[in-house]
Amino acid sequence: MAYVQQILFALSLGVAGWFIAQRVRFIRKNIALGKSEPAAGPTGERWKNVVLVAFGQKKMFKRFLPAFFHLLIYVGFLVINLEVLEFVIDGLAGTHRFFAPYLGSVYPILMNVFEFLAVAVLVACVVFLVRRNVLKVQRFQSAEMTRWPRLDATLILTIEIVLMMAILTMNAADQVLQTRDAHYTQTGPLFFSSWLTSSLQHLNTSTLIFIERGAWWFHILGILGFTVYITYSKHLHIFMAFLNTYYAKLQPKGHINNMPVVTREVKSMLGLPVEQPTTSEVPGRFGAKDINDLSRTSLMAGYACTECGRCTSECPANQTGKKLSPRKIMMDVRDRMEDVGASLAKGGPGLNDGKFLLGDYITKEEINACTSCNACVEACPVMINPLEIILELRRYQSMEESSAPGQWNSMFQNIETNFAPWKFPASDRFNWAKTNA
Amino acid sequence: MADLAAKGETPEILFWVGCAGSFDDRAKRVTVAFVKILNSVGIRFAVLGTEETCTGDPARRAGNEFLFQMQAMNNIQVMNGYGVKKIVTACPHCFNTLKNEYPELGGNYEVVHHSTLLQELIDQGKIKLSDSNSFKGKKITYHDSCYLGRANNIYEAPRVVLEALDADLVEMKRCRTAGLCCGAGGAQMFKEPEAGRKDINIERTEEALQTGATTIAVACPFCMTMMNDGVKNKEKEGQVNVKDLAELIAEAKGL
Repeated sequence: MAYVQQILFALSLGVAGWFIAQRVRFIRKNIALGKSEPAAGPTGERWKNVVLVAFGQKKMFKRFLPAFFHLLIYVGFLVINLEVLEFVIDGLAGTHRFFAPYLGSVYPILMNVFEFLAVAVLVACVVFLVRRNVLKVQRFQSAEMTRWPRLDATLILTIEIVLMMAILTMNAADQVLQTRDAHYTQTGPLFFSSWLTSSLQHLNTSTLIFIERGAWWFHILGILGFTVYITYSKHLHIFMAFLNTYYAKLQPKGHINNMPVVTREVKSMLGLPVEQPTTSEVPGRFGAKDINDLSRTSLMAGYACTECGRCTSECPANQTGKKLSPRKIMMDVRDRMEDVGASLAKGGPGLNDGKFLLGDYITKEEINACTSCNACVEACPVMINPLEIILELRRYQSMEESSAPGQWNSMFQNIETNFAPWKFPASDRFNWAKTNA
Repeated sequence: MADLAAKGETPEILFWVGCAGSFDDRAKRVTVAFVKILNSVGIRFAVLGTEETCTGDPARRAGNEFLFQMQAMNNIQVMNGYGVKKIVTACPHCFNTLKNEYPELGGNYEVVHHSTLLQELIDQGKIKLSDSNSFKGKKITYHDSCYLGRANNIYEAPRVVLEALDADLVEMKRCRTAGLCCGAGGAQMFKEPEAGRKDINIERTEEALQTGATTIAVACPFCMTMMNDGVKNKEKEGQVNVKDLAELIAEAKGL
């Protein structure tokens, strides 16, 4: 009987681990559909971004209020995970408060810190639920925030609140039990959960043991289940944000990636010496029509996006009522990856399902409204670059389909014939000097 | 440039005029103002004249990479042929392309935007403005160009130039990294906007007018067009001027 709980625990751990491993494999495969491009630029700079932007939350603090509450949840997540480690050891070894004897008088202090953070997380989650569902902050109400994205956000916040309540209930029951049974490790009164003990005092010991064990199991199974859920949710940013900041572009934001395949073509047209490609490239499309034409970094960013909408709320096109929303671009990339991946997993056609990212997910009206102003790139707290994707889609539109808006085609023609985007004769270019007073 | 090369002379700097600066009537006045400043401080500069062509920026941003690279490669051949080392331009789009995108295609130059050059001249004391210049104490707001600001992190140089006027510099609600685009970038200058509630330049002009400034300072020919159109749309052209940094300095110096 003594081992039943340990066996059950090990089984739960195994089942959760299996589901997570499946999802990780699925997501990796989806990202691998993209073009592999080496990360350019110094590694030191990349690590600096990981430390400052992901770990240090630097870009979050452009908006203080949400950044502050987000920080509470973030620190809570990092620190409370130490307690989860104890949960796992206790669960496997059949111990109770495994670290307590080793840490001595430090242990109750740590428990108080965990409880403080649990309460902080709880408060922050309530604040966020209110912002989303009562105050209806505008950036959570855009067109792309359909049923699932809204439900996803509400679920994440609610689950976190429930998990934190389980920790507090467990500690409260545990404290009452400490006064009745020497078997329980003495932690002394804990600041927050001791508020709850008075309501538990009148219960008999076996009920308290049931509550304490119940809360323990609820919390750890909740965390395991939540971790599996995260891999299906926008909440995956808690891991992907770190990867994304590492791979984020280091050049000035105004720089657009070069297309070496075009460079070789243009050079040979102009009779210039052409360097042969160092790698044997498979000739693909010019620009992007589907996810396999995008870089893996762009695809990975789809999984790093947590749909906060700061990009969209800064986008000049979106703010003046155009259909473009940088957040939707990222959500569409992710949806397309999930659809293709699911199809492939079932032995289906995958990318050849007759659908394309451009056309079936993202419309031309959206990409053509972009002013390439980089406001979305600047706004993203985890350095996602929706602009890069928009420009790749435009390249496909212009070069493969020749279906750019008519006025752009005229502009192209003017540059070709007059070497200026307007219809002025090239010979007039220096005429301004004649007006020099 | 060709004339100087024929005489065997090399200028200090190449002034890249850009298509707007060459053909657009309003932007041509900026070109002339900037040339007057360069002459007044004795900088030996050259222009490519009819040998200059579009950098290819709007083509690249509208997705036509072939056309961009054709333009870029031709311009690079011309400039490398003359041994160009340093370039100044009054257009942030040309600036961004020349500085960030030409090196990959074999064009390596030191590229500065005219706001940075003007700032240097002010810092070095080569541009001195009298205490009684016509902008002293006037309310001026500065509209950040995306291709200077977010694209290249140039936020201070234009402001230093405006401070030299001893004017009352007032910021818009959205400025610096949060600055709102005028609506012309990404080749939008060359087509009608997509359907929406409002045009971007109107939104931005409203914000500029809210500051109560009588001058909207810009540092980009496209922003100039968009803000001018916005001011006209609001029928404020009688009270509010849209001016480039170079024009403001030239005017304040009485050039």
